Amino acid sequence: MAEFIDLVLLGMLAITALRVIFLKDLFAVVMLFGIYSFLSALIFVNLDAVDVAFTEASVGAGISTVLMLGTLALTGRKEKTSNHPALLPLLVVGVTGAALIYGSLDMPPFGDPNNPAHQHVAPRYIEDSPQEIGLPNMVTSVLASYRAFDTLGETAVVFAAAIGVLSLLGLPKRDRQAIESGLKSHLVLRVVAKLIIPLTILFALYVQFHGDYGPGGGFQAGVIAAAAIILYALVLGLPMATHVVQPALLKTLAALGVLIYAGTGVANFFLGGNFLDYNMLASDPVAGQHIGIILIELGVGITVFAAMLSIFYAFAGQAERTNIQ
Amino acid sequence: MLEQHFPVLPIVLPLMAAPICILLGRSQLAWLFATLISGLSFFISVALLLTTLDQGVLSYALGGWEPPWGIEMRIDVASALVLCVVTGISSLVLVYAKESIAKEIDRSQHTLFYAAHLLCLTGLSGILSTGDAFNLFVFLEISSLATYTLVSLASDKRCLTAAFRYLVMGTIGATFILIGVGMMYMKTGTLNMIDLAARIAEFDGNRTVNTGLAFILVGVSIKLALFPLHMWLPPAYTHAPSAVSAFLASTATKVAVYVMVRFIFTIYGAEYVFYTMSMDIILLVLAIVAIFKCSFMATVQSNVKTVLAFSSVAQIGYMILGISLVSSAGLMAGLLHIFNHALMKGALFMAVGAVFLRTGSVDIKAFQGLGRQMPLTMAAFAIAGLSIIGVPLTAGFVSKWYLVTAALEQQHWIIAFLVLIGSLFAIVYIGRILEAAYFQKPSEITEEKDIKEAPLLMLVPMWILVLANIYFGIETSVSVSAADAASQWLTQPTATMGAAQ
Repeated sequence: MAEFIDLVLLGMLAITALRVIFLKDLFAVVMLFGIYSFLSALIFVNLDAVDVAFTEASVGAGISTVLMLGTLALTGRKEKTSNHPALLPLLVVGVTGAALIYGSLDMPPFGDPNNPAHQHVAPRYIEDSPQEIGLPNMVTSVLASYRAFDTLGETAVVFAAAIGVLSLLGLPKRDRQAIESGLKSHLVLRVVAKLIIPLTILFALYVQFHGDYGPGGGFQAGVIAAAAIILYALVLGLPMATHVVQPALLKTLAALGVLIYAGTGVANFFLGGNFLDYNMLASDPVAGQHIGIILIELGVGITVFAAMLSIFYAFAGQAERTNIQ
Repeated sequence: MLEQHFPVLPIVLPLMAAPICILLGRSQLAWLFATLISGLSFFISVALLLTTLDQGVLSYALGGWEPPWGIEMRIDVASALVLCVVTGISSLVLVYAKESIAKEIDRSQHTLFYAAHLLCLTGLSGILSTGDAFNLFVFLEISSLATYTLVSLASDKRCLTAAFRYLVMGTIGATFILIGVGMMYMKTGTLNMIDLAARIAEFDGNRTVNTGLAFILVGVSIKLALFPLHMWLPPAYTHAPSAVSAFLASTATKVAVYVMVRFIFTIYGAEYVFYTMSMDIILLVLAIVAIFKCSFMATVQSNVKTVLAFSSVAQIGYMILGISLVSSAGLMAGLLHIFNHALMKGALFMAVGAVFLRTGSVDIKAFQGLGRQMPLTMAAFAIAGLSIIGVPLTAGFVSKWYLVTAALEQQHWIIAFLVLIGSLFAIVYIGRILEAAYFQKPSEITEEKDIKEAPLLMLVPMWILVLANIYFGIETSVSVSAADAASQWLTQPTATMGAAQ
């Protein structure tokens, strides 16, 4: 049954991808990208990788769609037709595809428990992490402790992305006499948004702090919290949103998140441990791991929230400036 | 007490300094702080190089988790040598940047520039220090994202197209590397490099493992701008701010060459890549075409930064040529050229940046008559240019010498001859600029203006690099013995590498 569901989902994925290639209306393309992400999320669920599915749904389908729509607001929704013959790109894509298929010939059988990926390092994560780290969610154990340095790197990637967008577009200024914008006149939207936003923020906090026990963690929580403010900005206008969460504050928060994460790592230097060795943070190693993971997840959440929201602000601010002109 | 953490500090210091630069908010403060942190990283890197020359390899378990379960920093002579180059050039460029970006980057973006520079340094140091294949990819992403930002910061709007092109190509390269790492993981269940090496050695002619190698090599070739995947590089280096061109030209592509060396020699094994897969022929041909095609392209450009950019692609050809000779001597020549080329290209781009500061142009016409108006800057350009050509008593001569010797050692007379012919092109493209500077009258760009010598803060780092070019051209024992130790270390069988802890 699982294989059948996989096949159906993969088929839909392929159809969506083909549609994306041939459609000229970029608005529809962005929507299809959202569908593509949701389909991938479903495949991940079917593979029992709920953490990955959650991330894909919140980042891939949620925030990326909003950011791509923000881009379309600046560039227009029609794709330019090019007269270049695309033979060379076609050849490159063809060769790459052929190489991928060739590479799959000796791949280990799908879903076999004897595969190398399940036999070498994974057993220790599964068997020993409850004693060594003490968390029921092994994904969090790997992500936040065994391979915490990767996660620190990923947080830095998000921070670098925010710096890149801010250097290109800049943040909007907080403006008290800003013109009315947003969808204020839509009563239904406004009422529904007001109902949803507090719940979304509450959910974000749940995802942030429940990541140790269930799917979730800083990345997803940061994105969900940012989505709540973005919804507020869409309905009530960017100027209102910048009153609630100030652009200048976001810059500080994004920097602070990275510092919290790296600072947690450095703190261990002075307690006699290696970088990111949380065992030293408390007298009991497992308690130390717990403190460490909560702290670094907090850092991730803050940076992701601030980075995503400031990227949205930068796009929306630019769009608003173009409208005024 | 901190000494045991040295392997991770060149990454952690700039990583924490980048957000602090944003918090500091003021251009001057951010400059001072970034320069100090970068300088500190340089001293730590030198200490690491000395330790590795003495003890062989340093292993540092992140989070206290022993490899392969946790991530390991693994520093040998090769990584420490390139780490010294990267942190050293970064420090000099930061000193130089203060005056340079004041003209080229909008004031409100100065702190963002310093933060992006430090993030780029973080990424490059991480790539060099890590012993974990996926961790390498993560740091590659940090440095790449920061690099695209740095290129796009110039006030000349053409930098945006260049940065976008770089972003598209760079992302394809990174994706290819990720696909390759994924295929390796699928077959081995590990990401640690030494562990990977041991487990990959068990497969012979496995199609998934081979395809993984192919994807990684193509991805890295895009990142290091190997001909014909170099088309992103000339526009990016031409339109980026001068300080950024100086930093990237002497570090980013060199680190990518290091990544290639690491994957070939440490993970897959030179025997496998070169003898079983015959990659050496492909690399050799591409390297020689790169040297000739791009050296020729450099001779016909009128924008001096473009000249230097094409020259960079050609010089990368020399490094890859050294690797493809499949010998310890060849690899050593390649590594030595990474070191020496950073010294010369850094100095050249800094000199061009100084000319841009004073004349507002980097066209070859702007250089006319500058020999008299900016004597120190042009003298720096001339000496670094001689080093690119490979004139004796400069660093460039030393690496060419070892490259030719390595080729002759294997009776490759034609290759040795081609290397020497390649230098003739360098005489043309550097000579054109020197001729304009010393033997031509000022053109319409400069004749009306009163051109002053570059400010001290730009001259000092520039001349440090120029003097280093001469120093390492005469007193070769330090650089040569480090490169030699690194190549000895890399070419020994991987099994003993694991044991040498």
